[in-house]
Amino acid sequence: MAAVTPLLLLLLLSSAPSFSSESRNAYNINGRVKIPQGLGLGTKGYALPGRMSNVKVLLNGGQNITFLRPDGYFSFHNIPAGTHLIEVSAIGYFFSPVRVDVSARNPGKVQAALTENRKGLSELVLEPLREEQYYEIREPFSIMSLLKSPMGLMVGFMLAVAFLMPKLVENMDPEEMRRAQEEMRSQGVPSLSSLLPGGAMN
Amino acid sequence: MAIRSFLILFILFFFSSLNPILSLYEDQVGLVDWHQQYLGKVKQAVFHTHKTGRKRVVVSTEENVVALLDLRQGEIFWRHVLGSNDVIDGIDIALGKYVITLSSGGSILRAWNLPDGQMVWESSLRGPKHSKSLLLVPTNLKIEKDNIVIIFSNGRLNAVSCIDGEVLWEKDFEGESLEVQQVIQPPGSNLIYVVGFASSSLFEMYQINALNGELLKHESAAFSGGFLGEVSPVFSETVVALDSTGLILLTVSFQNGMISFQQTPISNLVKDSFGPAKIIPSSVTGIFAIKMNAVTIVIRVTDENKLEVVEKTNHETSISDALPVSEGQQAFALVQRAGPEIHLRVKLAHNWDDNLLKESVKMDQHRGLVHKIYINNYIRTDKSYGFRALIVMEDHSLLLLQQGEIVWSREDGLASIIDVTTSELPVERDGVSVAKVEHNLFEWLKGHMLKLKGTLMLASPQDIAAIQSMRLKNSEKSKMTRDHNGFRKLLIVLTRAGKLFALHTGDGHIVWSYLLQSLQKSKVCQHPIGLNLYKWQVPHHHAMDENPSVLVIGKCGPSSDAPGALSFVDTYTGKELSSLSLVHSVAQVIPLPYTDSTEQRLHLLIDADKHAHLYPKTPEAISIFERELSNIYWYSVEDDNGIIKGHALRGKCTGEVADEVCFDTRELWSIVFPSESEKIIATVTRKLNEVVHTQAKVIADQEVMYKYISRNLLFVATVALKGSGEIGSVTPEESWLVAYLIDTVTGRILHRVTHHGSQGPVHAVFSENWVVYHYFNLKAHRYEMSVIEIYDQSRADNKDVWKLVLGKHNLTSPISLYSRPDVITKSQSYFFTHSVKTIAVTSTTKGITSKQLLIGTIGDQVLALDKRFLDPRRTVNPTQAEKEEGIIPLTDSLPIIPQSYVTHALRVEGLRGIITVPAKLESTTLVFAHGVDLFFTQLAPSRTYDSLTDDFNYALLLITIVALVAAISLTWTLSERKELQENWR
Repeated sequence: MAAVTPLLLLLLLSSAPSFSSESRNAYNINGRVKIPQGLGLGTKGYALPGRMSNVKVLLNGGQNITFLRPDGYFSFHNIPAGTHLIEVSAIGYFFSPVRVDVSARNPGKVQAALTENRKGLSELVLEPLREEQYYEIREPFSIMSLLKSPMGLMVGFMLAVAFLMPKLVENMDPEEMRRAQEEMRSQGVPSLSSLLPGGAMN
Repeated sequence: MAIRSFLILFILFFFSSLNPILSLYEDQVGLVDWHQQYLGKVKQAVFHTHKTGRKRVVVSTEENVVALLDLRQGEIFWRHVLGSNDVIDGIDIALGKYVITLSSGGSILRAWNLPDGQMVWESSLRGPKHSKSLLLVPTNLKIEKDNIVIIFSNGRLNAVSCIDGEVLWEKDFEGESLEVQQVIQPPGSNLIYVVGFASSSLFEMYQINALNGELLKHESAAFSGGFLGEVSPVFSETVVALDSTGLILLTVSFQNGMISFQQTPISNLVKDSFGPAKIIPSSVTGIFAIKMNAVTIVIRVTDENKLEVVEKTNHETSISDALPVSEGQQAFALVQRAGPEIHLRVKLAHNWDDNLLKESVKMDQHRGLVHKIYINNYIRTDKSYGFRALIVMEDHSLLLLQQGEIVWSREDGLASIIDVTTSELPVERDGVSVAKVEHNLFEWLKGHMLKLKGTLMLASPQDIAAIQSMRLKNSEKSKMTRDHNGFRKLLIVLTRAGKLFALHTGDGHIVWSYLLQSLQKSKVCQHPIGLNLYKWQVPHHHAMDENPSVLVIGKCGPSSDAPGALSFVDTYTGKELSSLSLVHSVAQVIPLPYTDSTEQRLHLLIDADKHAHLYPKTPEAISIFERELSNIYWYSVEDDNGIIKGHALRGKCTGEVADEVCFDTRELWSIVFPSESEKIIATVTRKLNEVVHTQAKVIADQEVMYKYISRNLLFVATVALKGSGEIGSVTPEESWLVAYLIDTVTGRILHRVTHHGSQGPVHAVFSENWVVYHYFNLKAHRYEMSVIEIYDQSRADNKDVWKLVLGKHNLTSPISLYSRPDVITKSQSYFFTHSVKTIAVTSTTKGITSKQLLIGTIGDQVLALDKRFLDPRRTVNPTQAEKEEGIIPLTDSLPIIPQSYVTHALRVEGLRGIITVPAKLESTTLVFAHGVDLFFTQLAPSRTYDSLTDDFNYALLLITIVALVAAISLTWTLSERKELQENWR
């Protein structure tokens, strides 16, 4: 909510038209990029290169490229009337492209909409939809992660076999146990020769 | 039974414990990837060296980069890459704190804060007509305490405030044919002179009040001889020009508003004439230079406007701008190349005979000539002047010279890469020097103990730093020999300057570089252009002792019938083996799938007259080629006419060119797109070296689909003529995009799909049996990506086992492209958020590993997107069987997962191309992205299933084994004891 209030204020303050026509066929598009501080998760240990000087604003897929002034304002000059697409490239933030209609009939009329969620904008103020985290965050050390690692599983498995198996054997019916043992004895100890394919011939 | 269930549990646990995400941890940055930042060829440099503070230089380049560099090391403080059509016309420093750039043909003026590169203001300048753009920052000209910038652009003179970029006054020069050549502001006065030519024989001079733009005087004088080219200002009220024949020098003086001409035929100055001259403008008072063919003549203008030659040289000479030194004196520098050295002289403008400085600097032969020089002075400890010179070489590198030495150098040619190929490194043999790997077992164990401490989070900050440096310094990765996994290779890149570089994939260092003479400006070839790089010789099997080599193809000039040039370069030594200047042109190069006994690949060069030329020109190659003559087909695309043609060979050339390796061609088919409704904007084929592992695809419910895999498929995208412009210039109703799949042998259109209300630009990638393309949907006003998969229906009934048993299948029937293929296509479209610059696909050795698309976004990042997201069989609610197969539920847009940016938090500024090369390890592919920056990394699209990762903890494994052994012995003794007790009982 804290991030919304200054934005609303800004909407009221910037009453100047976003589009100003200069000559017959060329218009200017003026807007502002606003990166609120502490958007989303306040991630620690991840230095955001959120410097405004590295933000680019692109019109129609790179046809025009402009940069931000210190206060975040940008403008495109000499733009013909029509429907345009504005994209913001800022490392660390995800911006939705914005569809902007520059109307020849009534210059000064604002028509802009985010293309990602079709949200209309009454003023050309672009804000990131979310922060972008390019790196995985190392999970803090926990016993579970150690146990879940292949090594931990190996140890765990061995322990289980070593200590749980005898318990299983113990719980077995003594009758059944004896029968199984006898069965094994009658079959004899499997020797290596009997396992080999040629062993059966002997 | 219990054991079995245990095992299953164990396996389940094992797989769930693997991290399902492919991305990177922050501390893994730099382990397998590297990133290099470049600028491009420097166009202009302005020093910023105050007595205190850091010494810096601002540069603008041909890659539209404006950057601030540290003069001590050549590092980049900040850098901005402007748009590709926002060409920088001029830069300067104003008020000592702003960098002013004029760009886009003089219509955009920007000011950047010098220390941090933040844009301060931007103004748009317009004018009545197109003209030369000139930027002037007068040092002490103020309008109401406001420093101003003078700009002449688009036929209008503007004075702009330095503080906020506001236009203070403007003055139009609307004369019909007026061509303004120079704007001169005599220091210390409030006057501006604008001089130019009108109707080719009229010299015009305007005197303007710099404070309010008021026109004070306008004079014009006719000169019957006419004018040619540029003018060079020699004094504040005198310029030098050439007459239209280029043989007579004119000294034009407009003192006190009176224009007077003074003619000096060049033949009076130098005995032997060398044809028409060209003026090289310089800002040095009283000095200018002319160039006639290869001869450079430096001329001094005396106070009485007399001309005298002070130097005549055959060497290519560069002259710096004037540098004001004490008491109104000007210094300038001349630099020439002579053999292995460059000679630098610094002189005072009014005193030619003495040198302030004379130095010879040893310079690598492969940097070529000196193209530009910028000088700056400093005061030595003994109060005398010292000079430092920034020079731009022919290979686009930037060097700083000081006290006869190269202080630093930057390989900025790498900012403009034309083509990339790879080469293997030599096999490790005895005698081949190998870097020391591990010192001893103790060191090795110590390293792994540290790593273990790291994973157990017991490490202190020093330990963590030690671990990090240990990982980054891994000497394995930059060794100069081939490795088992095929991660170490050479990237051979060809730059626009005509220089070849070999970069090591391990850390990106330059192994060798070679300036190709065949791509240098020479008498026969004025504008050589590098075109492509091909693998010429890849030795394996029976030609193991040969070194691999690459073929560099270039041509002389931009026209289609310009003669070609070939060069063959050994990739181990970096030496040119041979070079050829061709008599024919090069329109198309076809690497053939045949090699001769020395593993040289056969290449077919098609010229503009549709003759085919075979290389190498050996009898062996010809005999191999003649055997395969009837199997060679190719296609050509004429985008201007909207025609795609298929060609085949007919036989040896007939006619005047009796060449053994020349072949006539014939046209097989042609597809003509209606020019009024369709325009070709993209054509894509499969990569020639792509390996497909399996032809069949088993889908859910045990069905089999056969991929239609043909090397001869071509994807073509056309748009409506109206929609070929920019976004926003067309309405959805009048634009459409048509995608075709064309067989290039028969010319048959296998598939055609129309996207109504869509337009280009189209970026596409073709792999196996699918093509993915990116375009703009005007109706939704969003970008879209579509996939087309093509399947062979004729083999679809082979899945019946009985048919196979009874031999009724058609698997053995010959597959010919002439039989009508029975194919079906499946396609689907999705929204995609960003604009795209280029798309590539990962490639692996055997093609088993699943594919990822590598999307170069408009923000100069590279996004890896699983091909599974672009599967036409995705549905909103996949069945259980389909889910098991790995089909993702359908969504209307493709996800952008920040962790799957392969460039992570970096940008590959000015991204132009992405190249993927398979490593020897099946799971891994090498990715190289180039633009103004270079970026390299290794990717494992399905994770590294076939090798242990770098992070594998051997110490933990050892400890586990020890623990297991201890536990076994413990339980052994326990059980022994128990048995003994049982027996006693």
